[in-house]
Amino acid sequence: MLELRHRGSCPGPREAVSLPHREGEAAGGDHETESTSDKETDIDDRYGDLDSRTDSDIPEIPPSSDRTPEILKKALSGLSSRWKNWWIRGILTLTMISLFFLIIYMGSFMLMLLVLGIQVKCFHEIITIGYRVYHSYDLPWFRTLSWYFLLCVNYFFYGETVADYFATFVQREEQLQFLIRYHRFISFALYLAGFCMFVLSLVKKHYRLQFYMFAWTHVTLLITVTQSHLVIQNLFEGMIWFLVPISSVICNDITAYLFGFFFGRTPLIKLSPKKTWEGFIGGFFSTVVFGFIAAYVLSKYQYFVCPVEYRSDVNSFVTECEPSELFQLQTYSLPPFLKAVLRQERVSLYPFQIHSIALSTFASLIGPFGGFFASGFKRAFKIKDFANTIPGHGGIMDRFDCQYLMATFVHVYITSFIRGPNPSKVLQQLLVLQPEQQLNIYKTLKTHLIEKGILQPALKV
Amino acid sequence: MESESEAKVDGETASDSESRAESAPLPVSADDTPEVLNRALSNLSSRWKNWWVRGILTLAMIAFFFIIIYLGPMVLMIIVMCVQIKCFHEIITIGYNVYHSYDLPWFRTLSWYFLLCVNYFFYGETVTDYFFTLVQREEPLRILSKYHRFISFTLYLIGFCMFVLSLVKKHYRLQFYMFGWTHVTLLIVVTQSHLVIHNLFEGMIWFIVPISCVICNDIMAYMFGFFFGRTPLIKLSPKKTWEGFIGGFFATVVFGLLLSYVMSGYRCFVCPVEYNNDTNSFTVDCEPSDLFRLQEYNIPGVIQSVIGWKTVRMYPFQIHSIALSTFASLIGPFGGFFASGFKRAFKIKDFANTIPGHGGIMDRFDCQYLMATFVNVYIASFIRGPNPSKLIQQFLTLRPDQQLHIFNTLRSHLIDKGMLTSTTEDK
Repeated sequence: MLELRHRGSCPGPREAVSLPHREGEAAGGDHETESTSDKETDIDDRYGDLDSRTDSDIPEIPPSSDRTPEILKKALSGLSSRWKNWWIRGILTLTMISLFFLIIYMGSFMLMLLVLGIQVKCFHEIITIGYRVYHSYDLPWFRTLSWYFLLCVNYFFYGETVADYFATFVQREEQLQFLIRYHRFISFALYLAGFCMFVLSLVKKHYRLQFYMFAWTHVTLLITVTQSHLVIQNLFEGMIWFLVPISSVICNDITAYLFGFFFGRTPLIKLSPKKTWEGFIGGFFSTVVFGFIAAYVLSKYQYFVCPVEYRSDVNSFVTECEPSELFQLQTYSLPPFLKAVLRQERVSLYPFQIHSIALSTFASLIGPFGGFFASGFKRAFKIKDFANTIPGHGGIMDRFDCQYLMATFVHVYITSFIRGPNPSKVLQQLLVLQPEQQLNIYKTLKTHLIEKGILQPALKV
Repeated sequence: MESESEAKVDGETASDSESRAESAPLPVSADDTPEVLNRALSNLSSRWKNWWVRGILTLAMIAFFFIIIYLGPMVLMIIVMCVQIKCFHEIITIGYNVYHSYDLPWFRTLSWYFLLCVNYFFYGETVTDYFFTLVQREEPLRILSKYHRFISFTLYLIGFCMFVLSLVKKHYRLQFYMFGWTHVTLLIVVTQSHLVIHNLFEGMIWFIVPISCVICNDIMAYMFGFFFGRTPLIKLSPKKTWEGFIGGFFATVVFGLLLSYVMSGYRCFVCPVEYNNDTNSFTVDCEPSDLFRLQEYNIPGVIQSVIGWKTVRMYPFQIHSIALSTFASLIGPFGGFFASGFKRAFKIKDFANTIPGHGGIMDRFDCQYLMATFVNVYIASFIRGPNPSKLIQQFLTLRPDQQLHIFNTLRSHLIDKGMLTSTTEDK
């Protein structure tokens, strides 16, 4: 539940419940000088001025009401404010982690739904900030259009994913076949409809505002929706590719905080004054170790390691397979200096653990930049938290800001270093070609396979 | 154009005009019209002079277009790239003017850096597809193409981290605005230009017919509006009229039909552009596909009585050209309205002053925004399937057991279709 607030001279019935009087005056003061001329000039002009003012001139949006449940409040009423906050954060952290484990237990489908839910909530949070910044809650059509675009882009991405992984399921149903074959065209037509509605909805005094909100929506879609779909693609690769990166980022968050709390001395970056170099480096080493151990533990179970497949006979997702080489123990000879330290000649590792070092390194070194980006964003728009969804922690975006880049990195990593293209997709595309082309490809493939010795020339397979 | 004084705002307050002074509508001060034209037209009244300048420049641009087509696909690619860079530059400059952010630390460098990254990513994907054999031969190119996505992502990340490190205390909001502005511009300009190049590689006709339809619609709608225009079309562009819109629609469809008829006859327009390894250059030589072979169609009864013919010989491509022209005339103008709204929102008359009498490059290309995407989606959905050479490339990267499985499935599929018999395998 977000408090919406109109400043000063804006017409509008909504007033914040907990609006401190001081803020109201300051906000009103901004517009006093222009209120008399507002009627003549474009409303857009006011925003032109807002744009070019430096940050310090713009008043802060006050934090909204406190959402901590009553139970917690009573239990902690004795403690001082600082420890109370710490306890709330701690309890909520544990709650979120347990929820995470529960959903993992319930399987990949639930995870997909969870990712979708988080994406929608993140989108909603960022768009709401946009409304508050631009006071554009009353813009004609705009709320509808934003959600419509979200729907379109999701439809496009899910269609591409579904077509790949549910190939057998899709072949059975006629309407689905039609939808899949012309998927891009249908998605584009839907998007165009939204675009034309936007153009038709442009209202004389609000052009600039409408363009801002249009751009805001698109950038938000670019950030949240693409990331969430890359997360789902990683998930289908094997749940371990979903779990290890996300846990590494969370671990880095927590350990950097703890190291900073106990040893923190040198500030890291002006954007986030509470981050320290000690926290950063300590977090890095702990995350690498954590990732290494988590990879070792998870690599044993087929449930985590196998690609998610949809079996048409059981009509559900199945994770059963022969684990690939990445997840089979291999012995590595240790380099000399480690030999001396550990006093062992060789060690048995899963190759995946080596990859996990790369993933954890990224999570600790580059992941925080996502967090700094979000901090800069919050300072730019003078907000303390993205929203108030989680007591003590802020909004969903606050929890996921460091994950932004991680999902893309994992996806790029997988496509570059781990696997090639998806075989069923290649087959699907082959079957769509013209018969002459298929014949040509068949001959090329045959020559290639015979050369490689995979196919015996005289054998009628 | 003289009547577009609504670009200037009436009733400005002192504070507004002060901030407006720097973000003033890019004044049409520096007149780029060449001296020659100025002297030749000095006698005519201002209105006719403007008309002549526009007319002459239009003809110059069209002649330029023909020359480039003559020079071949490589030159076309380069021209598309230059147009893209200029459009990007124009939009970013508007952003600077709106936000007075020309002096923001790093920002100009970062915008151009992001443009470079995104172009590198897209060109890398295209080059890998079409220059497959060339790439496999050269070792450095092979590595670059194998890890292409990773390298592009790393380059982008560097830009992202530089942005975060460049955030300066008093200018956070401005910097985020410019970041958002840059990304939206990249989304519009760079993706469109790469779809244009994809269409080009499909066959030059897929590049020429859509663009000509949009240009024709522009000109025809203007003419019809000039002579018959009465009912305004949309508040955003007061000079557009329903008569122009509908007249332009019919004229464009007819033009598209004629143009495709003319072009479908020539191999150099119709064949996909390929890179020939032996001659190390682009070739457009092939057996024209079914789309570009004359076929007989029965005319429906209603038109038969009008024209008096029973059948007509057409290229199937002409039917597709109707779809393309329809899109160009009905939806293309929305791109123009979008650009008009944008110009009104930011109180600018033209995007820039590059072309005398016409404004900036963006002003000429605003209706093309959606056309390139539409053509690309149209081709992918209705015309061709996936690219065979790309499929072979993907196939070769699979594991042997996967390759064998696919091979066997393909074999049974071909046998089912009767393309192969199980005994005549080794032909």
